[in-house]
Amino acid sequence: MNLIKTLLAGAAVATGLAGAAIAQDKLKIGFIYIGPPGDMGWTYEHDQGRKAIEEALGDKVETTYVENVPESADSERVMTQMALSGHKLIFATSFNYMDHVMNVAKKFPDVKFEHATGFKRADNVSTYSARFYEGRAVIGHIAGHMTKTNTIGYIASYPIPEVIRGINSAYLAAKAVNPEVKFKVVWAYTWFDPGKEADAANALIEQGADVIMQHTDSTAPMSEMKKHEGIIGFGQASDMGQFAPKPRVSSIIDNWAPYYVARAQAMLDGTWESTDTWHGIKEGMVEIGEMTEAVPAEVRASAQELAEKLASGEVHAFTGPINKQDGSAWLAEGETADDGTLAGMDFYVEGIEAEIPN
Amino acid sequence: MLRLEARPEPSRAMVMLTPIIAVIATMIAGGILFAFLGNNPFTAIRIIFWDPLFNDMVASYTRPQLLVKAAPLILMAIGLSFGFRANVWNIGAEGQFIMGAVIGGGTALALYPLESPLVFPLIIIMGGLGGFLWAMIPAILKIRFNANEILVSLMLVYVAAQFLAAMVTGPMKSPVGMGFPVSRNFNEYQSAFNAELLSNTGLHFGVLVMMAVVIVGYIFLTRHIFGFQIRVSGQSARASKFAGVNPHTTVALCLGISGALAGLAGLFEVTGPAGKLSTNFPLGYGFTAIIVAFLGRLHPIGILLAGLLMALTYIGGELAQFQMSIPAAAIQVFQGMLLFFLLGVDILVNFRLRWDSKSKEAH
Repeated sequence: MNLIKTLLAGAAVATGLAGAAIAQDKLKIGFIYIGPPGDMGWTYEHDQGRKAIEEALGDKVETTYVENVPESADSERVMTQMALSGHKLIFATSFNYMDHVMNVAKKFPDVKFEHATGFKRADNVSTYSARFYEGRAVIGHIAGHMTKTNTIGYIASYPIPEVIRGINSAYLAAKAVNPEVKFKVVWAYTWFDPGKEADAANALIEQGADVIMQHTDSTAPMSEMKKHEGIIGFGQASDMGQFAPKPRVSSIIDNWAPYYVARAQAMLDGTWESTDTWHGIKEGMVEIGEMTEAVPAEVRASAQELAEKLASGEVHAFTGPINKQDGSAWLAEGETADDGTLAGMDFYVEGIEAEIPN
Repeated sequence: MLRLEARPEPSRAMVMLTPIIAVIATMIAGGILFAFLGNNPFTAIRIIFWDPLFNDMVASYTRPQLLVKAAPLILMAIGLSFGFRANVWNIGAEGQFIMGAVIGGGTALALYPLESPLVFPLIIIMGGLGGFLWAMIPAILKIRFNANEILVSLMLVYVAAQFLAAMVTGPMKSPVGMGFPVSRNFNEYQSAFNAELLSNTGLHFGVLVMMAVVIVGYIFLTRHIFGFQIRVSGQSARASKFAGVNPHTTVALCLGISGALAGLAGLFEVTGPAGKLSTNFPLGYGFTAIIVAFLGRLHPIGILLAGLLMALTYIGGELAQFQMSIPAAAIQVFQGMLLFFLLGVDILVNFRLRWDSKSKEAH
């Protein structure tokens, strides 16, 4: 009898210990967001990626997040608190967290960091971004076909290479199908500010733009477009499908889920390494949202074809001959842009009648 | 009809107890809010108020961080409290904070890469001066034209924010910032960097200045003629004239001191924890400082405690967010409750509720 009791007790202790060991082994993954997951744009998609990790890896992981983290000392503090409380993988999902990520990474060599859209790396800091410009080429193609005023409005965030690249890519694709097309660019100097974004959309509409693209994350421009007849736009970062079929006629979706799941899996397998990832339509990090009936069937077909060719590598969004805005030669006939130039792009291509603020 | 009737002599004990009652009421109401959101209210309150101070894993880091987060709030709140006591309402500390950072930080950027021990003292002076001069605008308009300092100082916050935006998209933009509207990082400039004084404590020069200001503020308020003067000005303008207080001097001093302290707070913040000037630099510290000033009963020691309490709710709030998935908005509501209950309890301490019956009116 006593023996049985002892055995049972021992088994209980063992299972208890095993349970504790499993709890301990759970990989804790933290996310810091620049906006709220409810922005239905940039942060929303990162949060979808976080949920995808939980779905794919279930009990083996635990994910946490803090929203609305300013790109200041606050971000450094939040990441430090995460590292101290047992997080082993931390995703920082905005460009200007960069220096703060590097500071925290230095203090916690055992913790791995993933920084979206940045360019500073370390042994425990990876960077990743998407080739959004491929998506821009597709919506630029649609825009060039669709505009009746030949004026395309562009709500830009900050004059950084990523944004300038998007403007160039969209312009080249629009111009290829409509040589008359003109771009008007408004710099909002924000990623997420519904008020400012709405103002920018209205300013562009007043200037005659009937197609509007945005590189800001809220749906506010969509709401403004909806108030006007005949104005169309494209979902940014997220599908923004609630505005389909018009004004939203298609969208560029950032799909972080496959990358996030792969990185979390690499942590579990012990194969995580510092890398620099730049994925496009091919890998599925950039997706083109459903094109609605508002777009003529033949335009839908040609846009779809362009997307497929960009994915297969048959077409590059930047294929010569392309001159820079000042008229100097950039790419010769048939030449395609290299990633290094694209990553640091700080000039407009020829034909854009605007200036990059500096 | 419910009516408020002023108590002839509010209980001193109650005046002191008000903040504590407000904190307890916030915990209760906040707990209910968290419970409705599906979280365990006791765990949430423990994480917000206890863990940043005593949790094994994070507290050694978060304790000093409380001082870092609270330092600018306390520095500004003490400056504001003098004015609030004297009925001089500087609502624009946020703008003076920005101007201190821009003028002081801009001076450093102009001197870069000159390495000299004189750089840091110089930019401190320039930071204080930036805030001081910005606060002198409402002061002069008040003295000369009797313009309302509440409106003028508040409006100047937005002017300061635009000035900052113009600077970081123009002359102060970093040459290595990839086009982002941010200045050069101050940690690349040894002479101007407001570094940690002891490693891994987060303590920087601004924290020391804050502590000195608490002590000096206490002496001024309780032992110095200036403290007496502002208290008299606040109680009765006529009485203060008899006491020989020049109301114009009071206005200029109150706005000047609060502006200079806000400017210093901005300078220490930008060259230290924030690290760079950017359009995202202002986070509303100047407005939070108003809450801190009142939460601290406009008394330097009270403000010190109130600032630390505010910092605790920020840092604990972050912990609660990622440990319990409490949304950021709920944490902000929680912080808002603190001021709401403070003001509510305040009213009940100074007034009593009276029920006027209809029959009385009939007489």
